[in-house]
Amino acid sequence: MKPIIEIRGLGKRYNITHRPRGYVALRDVLTEIGKRPFRFIEKKAKTALGRTVKEEFWALKDINLAIGRGEAVGIIGANGAGKSTLLKILSRITPPTEGEAILRGRVASLLEVGTGFHPELTGRENIFLNAAVLGMPRKEALRKFDEIVAFSGVEQFIDTPVKRYSSGMYVRLAFAVAAHIEPDILLIDEVLAVGDAEFQKKCLGKMDEVTHEHGRTVVFVSHNMDAVRQLCQKAVLIEHGRIAAIGPTEEVIAAYLTKKSSGPLGIKLPVDDGDVTLERFAVVQDGMETTRIVGEKPFAVSITFENRTALKSFRVGIFLKNALGTVLSRSFVQDYDSTLENLEPGRRTVTLSVPARLLRGDEYVVELKLFTFGIRTYFTASPIEKTITVASPVDYNELRSKNTDWRGYFLIPNAWQIDDNNK
Amino acid sequence: MRERALVIKPKKTWSLDDFKEIWRYRELLFFFVWRDIKVRYKQTAIGILWAVIQPFITMVVFSVFFGTLAKIPSEGIPYPIFVYTGILFWQFFSSSLGDSANTLITNASLVTKVYFPRLIIPIADTATKLVDLFFASIVLLFIMIYYHYTPHLMGILLAPLLLLISFLGAVGAGLILSAINVKYRDVRYALPFFIQILLFVTPVIYPPSIAGKYSWILAINPMTGVLKAARGSLLGTEPVNWALLGLSFVAVSILFFVGVALFKRTERYFADIV
Repeated sequence: MKPIIEIRGLGKRYNITHRPRGYVALRDVLTEIGKRPFRFIEKKAKTALGRTVKEEFWALKDINLAIGRGEAVGIIGANGAGKSTLLKILSRITPPTEGEAILRGRVASLLEVGTGFHPELTGRENIFLNAAVLGMPRKEALRKFDEIVAFSGVEQFIDTPVKRYSSGMYVRLAFAVAAHIEPDILLIDEVLAVGDAEFQKKCLGKMDEVTHEHGRTVVFVSHNMDAVRQLCQKAVLIEHGRIAAIGPTEEVIAAYLTKKSSGPLGIKLPVDDGDVTLERFAVVQDGMETTRIVGEKPFAVSITFENRTALKSFRVGIFLKNALGTVLSRSFVQDYDSTLENLEPGRRTVTLSVPARLLRGDEYVVELKLFTFGIRTYFTASPIEKTITVASPVDYNELRSKNTDWRGYFLIPNAWQIDDNNK
Repeated sequence: MRERALVIKPKKTWSLDDFKEIWRYRELLFFFVWRDIKVRYKQTAIGILWAVIQPFITMVVFSVFFGTLAKIPSEGIPYPIFVYTGILFWQFFSSSLGDSANTLITNASLVTKVYFPRLIIPIADTATKLVDLFFASIVLLFIMIYYHYTPHLMGILLAPLLLLISFLGAVGAGLILSAINVKYRDVRYALPFFIQILLFVTPVIYPPSIAGKYSWILAINPMTGVLKAARGSLLGTEPVNWALLGLSFVAVSILFFVGVALFKRTERYFADIV
C-alpha cells in the first residue's frame, strides 16, 4: 500500500530583505561612513533605487518523508528549525518553493485551537462556524453537536457569547470541535500548550484513541517531549530546515536533547508588534538581571511594556516550562486582577516574585505571553523566552535516584522536621 | 474507499478548478456571510435597521440639497426616488469595495492558520452587503408607493442581472485592491478618497444626460449602465439600453477576471506577508 503522506524533495525559501534599521545610532552611522565610505554610498544608492540587499533563507530543504496509514509521527526540533513551516506547507497555508507532497486522504489541520472562533458569537454558533472552517460538513456537525457539547463540558454556557468564557472553557469548546472532525490525516501544531493539565490529558487520550482505534494518521509538531512520547511511536528531528533524524520516538528525542545547544536565540529589545512595545523582559535576582538562579533565594520576572491603544481581554504573564517543554506553571497578571483585562494605553512594569526553594536544580524556560484573548497574540514571530539555570538550594542535596521519572517537577520548600522520639 | 490524492506543488496559477473549489466550499462561504451579518449588528439597539436608515437619511439630505435647492434634473421622476435608487447601488458598491480591500487583513488569523480557497473571503464580504441592499430596497418600494408609482415588472425581472453586474464589479475591484493591500497598506489611505471621487463620476445624484454631449465618457463607468437601466426599467420611463448594459457587463467581467488572476498571483504569499 502506498504511504498516506509522501514528501519528496520539499523545500521552502524565504527572501529576507535587509533594510537599514531606523534605530541605529547616529554615531554608528558616522563611524561606518568613516570606515567604508564607498560601501555606504553604494548601499544608500541601492536603497534609493529600491534595490535592497536580498538574502535567501531556506526554512526547509530536501525534506523526504513517507508516513504510513495509521502512524502517529512527532516532529521535533528547536525554535525556527522549520517544523511549523513543514506543517504549514502540508496544510496548504503556504506553498513550497520546490518539491512536492502527496496527501492521500482527507486532511484536517489544527494549527491553533479555535481557529475562526468569533468572540461575539455564542458557543453554539461557534461550534458550527469552527466546524465549517475545519472542513466538517454541516450535516455532520449537526449530527455530532450533542457529542461535541458533552465532550467540552460547557453545556450551561452554550448560548453565551464566547467572549464571556474563561480561557479554560474556550479551549475546551474549541478542542471538542477539533477532536470530532474525522479526517484521514490530522496535522497538529502545539495545540496542547494551552488548557489545564486534566484537559490536556483528555485531549491526548482522545488523540491516542483517534490513531489507534480509527487508524488515523497524525502528524504532531511539539516542543513538549512528554506529549510526543505519549502520542507518537515515530519521530522526526528537524534541524536548520533539514531532517536530522528519523526513528523510534525515544531515540530521536534522546538525539535531540544531547544535541540541543544551550544558548537560546537572543531577542533584541525593545521589540514592536502592532500597538504594543516590549521594552524589557528580565529574570532578576538580588537586583541583578541574570540567567543563573541561586535556589535558596527568591527571584523575580519583570516585564516592561507599552500599549499605545486601549486593549480588551488583555493578558500578560509567563509560562514556566521545564527543559522538555512541559508547562510547569503559568501566571498572568489578570489571573489576580481581572480589572486589568481592559487596559488603558500606557507604559507599565509588571513583576512576579517567585519564592525561594520552589524549583529543583535544573534548566527552565520562562516564556513571555502577551495577548488579547481570542483576538491577537503578540510577539509570535519568535517566542520570547529566557532559559534559566537554577542551582539547587545549598542545603538540599538531591540523592541519586534510579529512575529519572522519580525526580519530580518542583521542590517542597521546607526541610523535614525531625523529632527524636528515643528519649 | 478511494480517496483523491492531494498534490502540493510550488507553482499554481488560477484555473477553472478554483471556481469548482469555491463551489465545494460553498458551505463555508455561507457561514462567513452568516457570521458577518450576525456579528455586525450584535450589541446594537436597532440592529439591521441600520442598513435602512443610512441610505434613507442620505436620500433625504441629497433630496433637500440637490433636488430642491440645486434643482438637479432627475429625468422626470421625483428626485427622492431617483436618488434613492442611485444610493442603493452606490452604497452596495462602495461599502463592498471599502471592506473587501481589508478583509484579508481582518481575517489574517484565519488565513495564517487554516486552508480554504482565499477567494471566498472577499466574495463572502460582498455577499454580506447584498443582504443590506435587500433590506434597503424594501424602503424603495415604500417611497414609490408614497409618490404613487408602481414598480414595473421589467425592473423586477432585470434586478438580478443588475445585481450580478454590480456584484462582479464590486468583487473584481475588491480583489484587485485586497491583493495590493496585503503588501502595500497604502490602499487603506487612498481608498476613502478614491471612493469619494467615484461618487461624483457615477450618475448617482445627477442623470448622465447632465454631461450633455460628453455623457459617453460616463458610460466607461460600468455603474452608469446599471443605474440607468435600474431607474428606467423600474419606473418604466425609458426602454432598457441593452447595448450600454452589455458594455457594462463586459467591463465588469474583465474587471472580475483581472481581479481573480491578480488575487491568485499574490494569494500564495498571503500567509507569509500578512
